[in-house]
Amino acid sequence: MKAVLGNMRAELVGAGGVVERNAYLTKRYIWWDVAWFVWTVANTLTIVFIAKGIEATGGSLDVNETMTTLLIGAVVWAYLGILFEFLMETVAWERWEGTIEYTFMAPLSRAMHLAGQGVFAIAYGLVRAIFLFCVCAFVFFSLSIPDAKYFPAFVVLVVASISFIGIGMMMSVLPLISPEKGTQLGFVAQGTLLVVSGVYYPVSVLPEWMQWIAKVSPATYALDGIRKAILEGQGLSALWSDLWPLLLIGFVSIPLGLWVFQRGEQYAKRHGKLKRSG
Amino acid sequence: MTNIQQAAIEALPRRTAPAVDVRDLSKEFRRRDRKLGRFAHRKRVALDGVSFTMQRGETVAILGQNGSGKSTLVRLLSTLLLPDGGSAEIFGHDVVRDARAVRRLVNRVSVEASFFKKMSSSENLGYASRYYGMTSRQTRDLIPQILGRVGFPPDRRDEPMESLSRGMQQKVALARALLTSPVVLLLDEPTTGLDPRSKLEVQEFIREIRSSHDSTILLCTHDLAEAETLAERVGILDRGQLLAVEPADALRRRFGATTLEEAFFAATGRAFEADDEEDDEDREVFA
Ligand SMILES: Nc1ncnc2c1ncn2[C@@H]1O[C@H](COP(=O)(O)OP(=O)(O)OP(=O)(O)O)[C@@H](O)[C@H]1O
Ligand SMILES: [Mg+2]
Repeated sequence: MKAVLGNMRAELVGAGGVVERNAYLTKRYIWWDVAWFVWTVANTLTIVFIAKGIEATGGSLDVNETMTTLLIGAVVWAYLGILFEFLMETVAWERWEGTIEYTFMAPLSRAMHLAGQGVFAIAYGLVRAIFLFCVCAFVFFSLSIPDAKYFPAFVVLVVASISFIGIGMMMSVLPLISPEKGTQLGFVAQGTLLVVSGVYYPVSVLPEWMQWIAKVSPATYALDGIRKAILEGQGLSALWSDLWPLLLIGFVSIPLGLWVFQRGEQYAKRHGKLKRSG
Repeated sequence: MTNIQQAAIEALPRRTAPAVDVRDLSKEFRRRDRKLGRFAHRKRVALDGVSFTMQRGETVAILGQNGSGKSTLVRLLSTLLLPDGGSAEIFGHDVVRDARAVRRLVNRVSVEASFFKKMSSSENLGYASRYYGMTSRQTRDLIPQILGRVGFPPDRRDEPMESLSRGMQQKVALARALLTSPVVLLLDEPTTGLDPRSKLEVQEFIREIRSSHDSTILLCTHDLAEAETLAERVGILDRGQLLAVEPADALRRRFGATTLEEAFFAATGRAFEADDEEDDEDREVFA
């Protein structure tokens, strides 16, 4: 019993080490993050301006509502990008620095290693996402969203993150298998996931087969729940119809992600793909 | 001996097991070969039926040319590769079935220092020691202490790794390995590429670990003198085969040689400095 507790403590300390490592790196590369944030803002603006553009060219729509809808899509897009990037870097960055072998030969379990990575990614991603939303919604456009309930929207995003992390774990195995191109596939996953989930439009406009995929995509429920909370001012209990699928998908995707990652790790260890020098 | 080492050893099921027990260990790699065709692969044997044991507290040096399989052996022992055949045990723990236990017992220093280059040495050591369950309270004093012992100047602890010389980085790598109090220390060419002075310093430090810690050390090296002065027994690894593991004297006697270099030549039929031609071509950018 004592041994088990001691082991659990060591595992938590280890996960803390992963967070610590990421905190150091974020501190060192903070100006890159600022530059990248500017890029994200610009990207988000180009999308939100579409609503204004349509109005200016004679289209009829509720500009305020459409802009908010688009903004939510763009913020979730950016958020998912950050999560996936962090998880892909579990392997990619460490391989580039050469530390990967030292990380993989440490007694920390893969589950807690990835948990540490996930927790930091979520924390960092949320800060960035909230910042992005505020800058665009209030500084740039002064959107009027008087009914918005922010806390339920936040809860939906956090719960959705569990599933996103699970999917990210599956993705992060790709750089183990293909050191050169694996990382790019993260963007493929991000794009595919969001296109079927109604990132800038209702899912109902999609072809039927895409709508089927949308049903198992956590991003569908995340976008739907956040929009209901912000545009319609719905509370947590009303959002349950989005929350339970998210919990269910998260419940499946985390163990699955871990399993896939461990399979990838076995593969890499069998074929000498972790790193090879010396 | 530190508490951590003591705890680690007490956790061992078989206290009488040898520190390192390698039996008939084999590993081969498959590499794509464009010359043979688009999807053709070529097999390359890296280790071929290697067997040896090491007693607790012993230092064994493995000599071998480029591509002879030294790093592959070290990686197999540190659970970074899975063997194709045979087995390896660290204090009775199998490196495949009982990898978690093995990881707690071993640490490694390789040719390349391998750190996050923008982070400082104390940051690099800090997060790495967490992976071994050491809290920041435990390492707050320990890290400066160990850095001091390897001769790392205290005023440079907060400088990013990229501004340190190779010799300095290698000292930090040694500190990283010692920080977790490994019972088995795997040193893969720890002095290759260092200038003569740094080389001597690192060697001196290895000697100190030998006498002050209860570590068992496996030292892979290109350097004949290093092998002879630091190790009790010297092994010759040639194209994946371990030809002998004996005290340097015994090796020389066996091959009727006056120097270790001659013994190496007699054992392998090749000069020590000559590279394995065949291997060079697919080493590519790897050094
Ligand atoms: N990850 C890998 N993928 C493919 N081939 C590999 C890998 N690692 C080693 N090899 C091959 O296995 C053989 C042994 O390599 P290894 O790195 O163990 O040699 P070494 O004795 O450490 O050499 P060096 O002195 O150059 O470091 C070589 O032919 C090498 O090309
Ligand atoms: Mg080597």
